[in-house]
Amino acid sequence: MDESLLRLSSPIVDGRRPAESLAVADPRRVALSIDDVSQTYRDGRSSLKALDGVSLDVVEGEFVCLLGASGCGKTTLLNLIVGLYHLNAGRIDVGGRRVGLMFQEAGLFPWLTVERNIEMAMRFRGVPKAKRADRIRELLHMVHLDQFAENRPHELSGGMRQRVALARAFAQDADILLMDEPFGALDAMTRDVLHDEFERIWAETRLTVLFVTHNVREAVRLGDRVVLLSSRPGRVVHEFPVDIPRPRRIDDHAVSDLAGKITDRLREEVRRHGR
Amino acid sequence: MAVDPPVDRLDEEIAGLDALDALRTEARQPRLPAIWSATWPKLMAVGTFLLLWQVIVWTGWKREEVLPGPGTALGELWEIAQSSRFWDAVATTLRRAVVGYAMALTVGIVLGFAISRSTVMRRAFGSFLTGLQSMPSVAWFPLAVAVFGLFSDAPILFVVVLGAAPSIANGLISGVDHIPPLLLRAGKVMGARGLASYRHVVMPAALPGFVAGLKQGWAFSWRSLMAGELIVNIASKTSVGSELRFAQDLADGPAILAWMLVIFTVGVVVDIALFGTVDRRIRQRRGLIEVDAAAA
Repeated sequence: MDESLLRLSSPIVDGRRPAESLAVADPRRVALSIDDVSQTYRDGRSSLKALDGVSLDVVEGEFVCLLGASGCGKTTLLNLIVGLYHLNAGRIDVGGRRVGLMFQEAGLFPWLTVERNIEMAMRFRGVPKAKRADRIRELLHMVHLDQFAENRPHELSGGMRQRVALARAFAQDADILLMDEPFGALDAMTRDVLHDEFERIWAETRLTVLFVTHNVREAVRLGDRVVLLSSRPGRVVHEFPVDIPRPRRIDDHAVSDLAGKITDRLREEVRRHGR
Repeated sequence: MAVDPPVDRLDEEIAGLDALDALRTEARQPRLPAIWSATWPKLMAVGTFLLLWQVIVWTGWKREEVLPGPGTALGELWEIAQSSRFWDAVATTLRRAVVGYAMALTVGIVLGFAISRSTVMRRAFGSFLTGLQSMPSVAWFPLAVAVFGLFSDAPILFVVVLGAAPSIANGLISGVDHIPPLLLRAGKVMGARGLASYRHVVMPAALPGFVAGLKQGWAFSWRSLMAGELIVNIASKTSVGSELRFAQDLADGPAILAWMLVIFTVGVVVDIALFGTVDRRIRQRRGLIEVDAAAA
């Protein structure tokens, strides 16, 4: 694995890291830069601060896992990056890169077949019809669903639907893929297999990934770096580099050890709210 | 990570999980038994109804001239169906039904679209529309006749539109309201904007609710049309409703029941054969019906 990735995760003080330090630490380009982002929801007279000064940089081809307990504003952050929400304060820069988003549920259109669902992403992007068919076949092959092109989403299992969603995200030709607990609703066996498969696809495509999860082992299993968020409001409290060689397994000792450390830190964060 | 054995194993594992998980596409049921299994319960219901009717007649509760049995009524129907007057009446009524429903559809879609889009419109007209739905259509006729006169289709069509448009609009609104937010988010993330978003996300996602509204709208428009034809008697045109009225004036029991059978049949056939089929197709394709239930 690239050494520079590890150096990137320099210790951070009080949830903040000077933006310049990154340029020094890593010669590669930053794909996604989140700078001092705060977000507050107002509902009538009450207001809720979801994010408080979150700063995070993800370099090209990096796999970063965002980890946090409930209410850490993970989903808010993703929606901000992809532009579904309006940004209150701070800056988010993707340098003109295309951003794809996967949800916990696949969010496929139930009235379309698997291949039409994938095609829809290209259609919205304005890809000419003649060019779509080959790409659809390619993507279906990538996620091992060649046999299921004509099926409708309700005929597939949850894991298969997530793979269609993954193919659809690739059909958006995204440079950065945001994933919001994409394997959270799957059974453990399916999740394990999808971890392997996704790791492989990621290694082949060198996509930049920001992966949100509340599953500590999953974060360590997949990420180059695990970023821990506090809850209510969400802010970056700690970063853990993961220098475990790939391909990994979720039951590797090294994975368990690091996951244990992170869990302790996460629990400390949760206890803070119980006091 | 070069190509090593674990990758092959992974391929097999994925294929294995898929084979275990995927809902098998069962071979289609042969066509004839499928039709039969869908039809016999309906035939049974019709049979039960006719039997009950006959039993009531057999009890001698009313004189045969007032309440004839199903045999007499069906015989009468067979007889009047031989006349061209019958087919003229049915044609006039069906033409009004089609024209009225088409107008209601237009009004309903425009209203529903406007209300589903704008919060102000919804606050202003949302509950008004539902209130309008509970207004009995017969109550509109004195006004309709006063405004449009007695001697054209206008008062009847007016009431048909008032009866059906709110249902169609409400169907569209509830269809749009019940779109899973996830689908809208997915559409937005993929870059669906404006018209493309409407065409490829909102409209297809709202379709099941919209079709339910169309179905209900048909029921309302058919009722309103019959009420209209019974009340607004245009002497120059024979219609199903005016023939029923005519039969009533002559105290012709068999004819009353024969025309009622016509009204019932048209209403049910359109409801089941047209809207029911469309509704079932849509829900089947989206996996909203259990496989077993769909086959029954």
